[in-house]
Amino acid sequence: MKSRFSLLGLARHALSGHAGWGRQWRSPEPKPAYDALIVGGGGHGLATAYYLAKEHGLANIAVLEKGWIGGGNTGRNTTIIRSNYLYDESARLYDHALKLWEGLSQALNYNVMYSARGVMMLAHNTHDVQSFKRHIYANRLNGVDNEWLTPAQAKAFCPPLTIDPDARYPVLGAALQRRGGVARHDAVAWGYARAADALGVDIIQNCEVLEVRSDNSGAVEGVVTNRGTIRAPRIGVVAAGHTSVVMGRAGLRMPLESFPLQALVSEPVKPVFPCVVMSNTVHAYISQSDRGELVIGAGTDQYVSYSQMGGLHVATHTLEAICELFPMFTRLRMLRNWGGIVDVTPDRSPIIGRTPLQGLYVNCGWGTGGFKATPGSGHVFAHTIAKDAPHPINAPFTLERFRTGRLIDEAAAAAVAH
Amino acid sequence: MLLIHCPYCGPRPEIEFRGGGEAHIARPQDPARLDDRQWAEFLFWRSNPRGLHAERWLHAHGCQRWFNALRDTVTDRIEATYQAGEPRPR
Repeated sequence: MKSRFSLLGLARHALSGHAGWGRQWRSPEPKPAYDALIVGGGGHGLATAYYLAKEHGLANIAVLEKGWIGGGNTGRNTTIIRSNYLYDESARLYDHALKLWEGLSQALNYNVMYSARGVMMLAHNTHDVQSFKRHIYANRLNGVDNEWLTPAQAKAFCPPLTIDPDARYPVLGAALQRRGGVARHDAVAWGYARAADALGVDIIQNCEVLEVRSDNSGAVEGVVTNRGTIRAPRIGVVAAGHTSVVMGRAGLRMPLESFPLQALVSEPVKPVFPCVVMSNTVHAYISQSDRGELVIGAGTDQYVSYSQMGGLHVATHTLEAICELFPMFTRLRMLRNWGGIVDVTPDRSPIIGRTPLQGLYVNCGWGTGGFKATPGSGHVFAHTIAKDAPHPINAPFTLERFRTGRLIDEAAAAAVAH
Repeated sequence: MLLIHCPYCGPRPEIEFRGGGEAHIARPQDPARLDDRQWAEFLFWRSNPRGLHAERWLHAHGCQRWFNALRDTVTDRIEATYQAGEPRPR
């Protein structure tokens, strides 16, 4: 790596007034051909490129991004990381990612600000209690930490929480994953971009794929973009909400629907909120960023859309729930709200694998919870592209499962009610 | 929030409605004759377009009738609503 970040480097740049920091990655012109292309420069795509170069020696590759890197869902999510999924396949996949998060800042030499401050999911009724306990037992069998808290323990872990038994939705307990937490979302994109670039990966922004070309035998040949034609025998599509659009340009239909998922942040306040709290039942997610803003996740709209906005009533509903659970926030003002377009599969589990076209791979369907999986997703997808065969962890997450019926029905694990 | 013209009740706010997903996906007449791929396409494959989308809506807190709408998924503008069973206007 040309300039490794270190304490010594920081001190040296401080002496020169921090005027000497260079660009963190190049902005190259696309070459006419690469060994592999990644379509989509979000966290998952950049991570895929990084692991392809780092672990599989494929450095003659490019990431093609329609806008700017990390400008889609990577920059729009609520930065929550957890791995407390019910089924064995999902637990392995998300915990693989969680283990990579733990060493990611060191591996990338870039501070992604991963903070394992604990993710607490609130139970408000008997069904919640039973289902969360089932999740806890299933998680423990899979080696994923998760524990049950009484209302008093939940209050001790997160003091702003109200556990008034007369509340409209009283807190009957909570499931806590202590290894869960948050990370700085932009830093994840930038860290992977910088590390991939240092290994020789071309990151090409403002480059939209208009057509994916394949030959008569059904093998991909390359892509036509607004910046010219680029040939490549292997193409990985990691386009999140726009996957159906990109795959349509390869002539393929997908079992996906894209919905706006909303989030919002409050004005910044002093540190008041020590962890991440989620409530599926009243529909609220909340944590506090290092800048002091409360980061709040709202729901998806009920209709297919690419508008990146969504209806205000969806965000309002979440704020009502937040005020109910945390009365101290009732007079807090909201600063910004926005939407991201999430691609949802019928079983709420992602698709990571091969497609009917030889050399075309897809990593999509992360729905409302893709950020947490970024390192693991990129890691197993890079393996899939490099070996033309899935990593054991993503082997169950095929496109074929919708034909065979071997679904991984994680609808209950996704906190957002779809 | 969308303002949706129910073909039976007129313009009403979105919170009165439930979205029903893509329209004009007819249930196969004879499911036993389909192979797994065709059945998966009926159940799971969706057009998910960036542009005009024909979709079903239920006026749940109103007349409780299903109808279809043609909406642009980029602008969320509803171009037309029409009764279930009628052909897609365009």
